[in-house]
Amino acid sequence: MGKRVGMEVSIAAAEVVGLCDVDVIAAYPITPQTHIVEHLSELVADGHLDAEFIPVESEHSAMSTCVGSAAAGARTFTSTSSQGYALMAEICYIASSMRLPIVMAVANRALSAPINIWNDHADMMMARDTGWIQTVAENGQEVVDLILHAFRVAEDHRVLLPVMVNLDGFTLSHMIEPIILPDKEEVDRYLPPYKPKLRLDPQNPMTFGPVGMPEVYTEAKKAQDEAVKESKAVIVEAWQEFEKQFGRSYKPVETYKAEDAETLLLTMGSISETAMTAVDKMRADGQKVGLAHLRLWRPFPAEELVDAVKGAKALAVVDRALSLSGGCGPVCVEVKSTLFDRGLSPYVQNFLAGLGGRDVTVEDFETMVAKVGDGLAKGLPMGYEIVNARE
Amino acid sequence: MGIAAEALKDFKGFHPKKLPEREPLSPGHRACQGCGEVLALRQVMKALGENVVVASATGCMEIISSPFPQTAWRVPWIHVAFENAAAVISGVESAYRALNRKGKINQPDVVFLAYGGDGGTADIGLQSLSGALERGHNFLYVCLDNEAYMNTGIQRSSSTPYGAMTTTSPPGKKSIGQRTWKKNVAHIAAAHGIPYVATASPAYALDLMNKVKKAAAVPGPAYIHIYSPCPTGWRHGTDLAIEVARMAVLTKVFPLYEVIDGKWILSRKVTKPKPVSEYLKLQRRFRHLTEKEIEAIQKRVDEEYEQLLAMCSLGAEPAEGEESS
Repeated sequence: MGKRVGMEVSIAAAEVVGLCDVDVIAAYPITPQTHIVEHLSELVADGHLDAEFIPVESEHSAMSTCVGSAAAGARTFTSTSSQGYALMAEICYIASSMRLPIVMAVANRALSAPINIWNDHADMMMARDTGWIQTVAENGQEVVDLILHAFRVAEDHRVLLPVMVNLDGFTLSHMIEPIILPDKEEVDRYLPPYKPKLRLDPQNPMTFGPVGMPEVYTEAKKAQDEAVKESKAVIVEAWQEFEKQFGRSYKPVETYKAEDAETLLLTMGSISETAMTAVDKMRADGQKVGLAHLRLWRPFPAEELVDAVKGAKALAVVDRALSLSGGCGPVCVEVKSTLFDRGLSPYVQNFLAGLGGRDVTVEDFETMVAKVGDGLAKGLPMGYEIVNARE
Repeated sequence: MGIAAEALKDFKGFHPKKLPEREPLSPGHRACQGCGEVLALRQVMKALGENVVVASATGCMEIISSPFPQTAWRVPWIHVAFENAAAVISGVESAYRALNRKGKINQPDVVFLAYGGDGGTADIGLQSLSGALERGHNFLYVCLDNEAYMNTGIQRSSSTPYGAMTTTSPPGKKSIGQRTWKKNVAHIAAAHGIPYVATASPAYALDLMNKVKKAAAVPGPAYIHIYSPCPTGWRHGTDLAIEVARMAVLTKVFPLYEVIDGKWILSRKVTKPKPVSEYLKLQRRFRHLTEKEIEAIQKRVDEEYEQLLAMCSLGAEPAEGEESS
């Protein structure tokens, strides 16, 4: 077991990618992802990591290069943020449809316009329907653990899907935190060598990316949907193995003081730790408040969500990206849909918070809980509000 | 001696009676009757053989060769999107480089080919092509230039010649057809300072195949721009693709040359060129042009050919003798 040392989260992310012995990295610089790929290029330059580092001319080419690399049978990594994700989005759909186990760290950042380099979840929400597995980190240790987990899940022959590890830009990516890096033997024990199921090989020629006529397109998409849904069992299994080996536990939906809670906050990402502080404070005041936080965004953990929230009378669901003019933000859409399908009807209020780097404070969570309590008591209509927006 | 010249110093071309019999791109694909593009691609693949990985841009050659569950490809082939064949092959080539170095595979001699049409090369794919050429990957990029977006129904590209009729450059009372002169992607490729650039034509099959063989032998990036007649889009007879392609060379419209380590070499000097009108009249995409417009095209063709001659070692002997009408 490695020692707990203070290091920047992006550096730790790059270090664990290096420990995973990736073969090819293709990346283009964008704030706040830059420190991850800078450090990877240093690891390659110094001979600590034997990999091809390809400094491509755009994020579109970054993902295209990753597709070529993964199809040729190499362990492949990239990283991006925001506009960079938007530019590569076309190819992200193709990467998952071609069942290529690429791992990508996304330092989450708001989308333009106005241009804004700070954190929210607009980029990862754009990736929602691409067929990528998406996990979400709340602190630096989790970034390291989830990247290691991502390679194992992606390359599992029962899965063969790309995995996006989300970490909040700046509020996670640029923080110096105490982190335990695994040593090489531990990584090798957890992560077997990548054995591609199919690869571009002249000794066994295959056609990758053929035309799908109407007669086969629907079946191809159905098969892909099944693959994404079925990946959840492997994701959970890999977390259980991780806990056995490293002692740190991960679940698709995690909870904090939620057992007897009448009101639940529901969050995703690094604000979850702030929400825990808020829960502690409100509990000290005698309020029955708890927290459910999503670790897994895709495949969406519907059953686990229901288990986590079924006892609550009211939910304050926090979204960090807008679905402009929709009924609520993307996380809340999934929550409401999941509950409706099962005949559950708690009082749900949606709070759009932390957009473009705006801080979300303990007091903000207290206000959300108070508003949900008030709405439930008075029978106010459910809906969404954009928190702390000046008129 | 430059790296390309060094790699080619013992180069042996194909013998016309001993061409490879194997067809890595098999017959039975769905190309139009008389397609000059698929003929050019067939010649490329015959020259490359079977120890190759191919990345295809979206376009005619992709759609006609890979309708699931069928494939015309006897070699590993990948299609991802329209604008990124050069980036995809960058990833494949890098993966092979890493896996060979790390002892995970032992396949050091695989050749990497990316190809696209003129839309996928001169327009939407120009950035990813430039990036891959600049980074120095060991691969060959082939542009199969049929001078418009044929797969989507004959829309103009930046590679469509001046005056040509397409569905988005229609001639009319206020239009002569395509208003702009053809973008010269071979020159753009050469400006990257890569070891090998060439133009080629399926009407000169041996020349084409030898250039492909050279491009594969040269370490680093290589680019070949291949003139690819399209009977459907150019409105000429399905038996005329080779004649049109040959006429393009004999009228100096599409000169054949190589750029080896930055040195420009004419493949065939056209000493007694035919008038451009002989080329234009074979194709109904030009039939609306007036004599005045044809004169302007002739003038441009003559000027560009003179510029090319000036670049080609200032009067040095052409590589394979003279071509005259």
